[in-house]
Amino acid sequence: MTPPTSFLRRLGKRTRARLMWGVAAGALIAGGAILAAARTGGDRVVRIFAERYEYSPARVTLKKGQPVILELVSRDRLHGFHVKGLDVRADVLPGQYVRVRAVPDKVGTFPFTCDLFCGSGHNDMNGMIIVVN
Amino acid sequence: MIDTRTKRELLQLAGVGGVVFASSLAGFGISASAQPGSAPVQDFYFIQMSDSHWGYAGPNNPDMKVTLPKAVALINSLSIQPDFIIFTGDLTHNTDDPFERRIRMREFRDIVAKLKVQTVHFMPGEHDAGLDQGVAYKEMFGPTHYAFSYKGVEFITLDNVSDPRGMGAGQLDWLKTHLATLDPQARIVVLAHRPIFDLYPQWEWATRDGGAAIDLLMPFQNVTVFYGHIHQEHHHMTCHIAHHSAKSLAWPLPFPGSKPKPKPVPWNAAQPFKGLGVRGVTAETRPVRFDLLEIPVVKGGVA
Repeated sequence: MTPPTSFLRRLGKRTRARLMWGVAAGALIAGGAILAAARTGGDRVVRIFAERYEYSPARVTLKKGQPVILELVSRDRLHGFHVKGLDVRADVLPGQYVRVRAVPDKVGTFPFTCDLFCGSGHNDMNGMIIVVN
Repeated sequence: MIDTRTKRELLQLAGVGGVVFASSLAGFGISASAQPGSAPVQDFYFIQMSDSHWGYAGPNNPDMKVTLPKAVALINSLSIQPDFIIFTGDLTHNTDDPFERRIRMREFRDIVAKLKVQTVHFMPGEHDAGLDQGVAYKEMFGPTHYAFSYKGVEFITLDNVSDPRGMGAGQLDWLKTHLATLDPQARIVVLAHRPIFDLYPQWEWATRDGGAAIDLLMPFQNVTVFYGHIHQEHHHMTCHIAHHSAKSLAWPLPFPGSKPKPKPVPWNAAQPFKGLGVRGVTAETRPVRFDLLEIPVVKGGVA
């Protein structure tokens, strides 16, 4: 079996540098993911953007009993995020991620709405969380 | 005050049949003579106007351009003029354009300036102040929360719209400080755009920190709240505190919770202005109480 050092020596100088940068970048990404997972306790993270007068994504599918972190951020102004059926609500601030942890405990379709007045389309700013088994 | 003659005038103007009557406010049963040291209360009446949404153009009210002027003409035609007018918010309809917002406010102000009664107390609704934290409103109409006294009654105007999250700690502190100057038997009228109790939070017919304001008001025995926002007459009691919402001057909204969404009741060309109106409020001395008279806007209601 060829030792790694011998293998590296056989590569050209430029290829060796590219490979090492690649390994370093990979390590950074993996480290970031581990740190993020540590911050969320390993829960699934779903990022939702709010912008007059819609959410993106507007439909989110979750699994019953599986904890989830809803990461909410506004692209324009203050909005609300209220999932009546799941007892989840938050103020959604521009440029600032707000995290809400939820554990869906029932299967079904749960509308969410903006509950902070944001303009003429406010009453139609909504989305849907679908909880499946 | 609204005497029989004035009531008759209003009913004639409104057209018999469309009048909704409301009366008797609980919590105002103490006579002025029973309160030594307090300012004497004299009879007077004022009119509540609300939710004119000036600047709106669309199917909810094809006659928007005439509804507010018609209400102004109706009030001007009364032989006994009210002592003052209160306007409980949503003077104008919201727009993202700050320039257009100011145009609408100026136009609204010009129309209301035609009232014979020159004392008009305004407050913002979320359509006026919710998109710019009340900047344009303050330029045009002044502070968004304030207090004034009239003939022994203390009026307190709250702003529960400039910040959609509620009144905020600063305003509640102001309210607490102001109330600390009043006697527990003081006659207090609170004015706000949104209900300060949880009427129907699913439709945002509530104020997030309204409960804190009610807690501050609770020690006072004579409190009545007048508000707008829900575009219909509604009456509610929180213990001894009475809450009364006014009709709109734009379009009616459905009864709380009766529809999936608070969408306007469709315009009915056969009954234009149905569900719209202003309110006369009489403050009477013995016993101290308020009587309400709902005054609809009707087609051809003003000569």
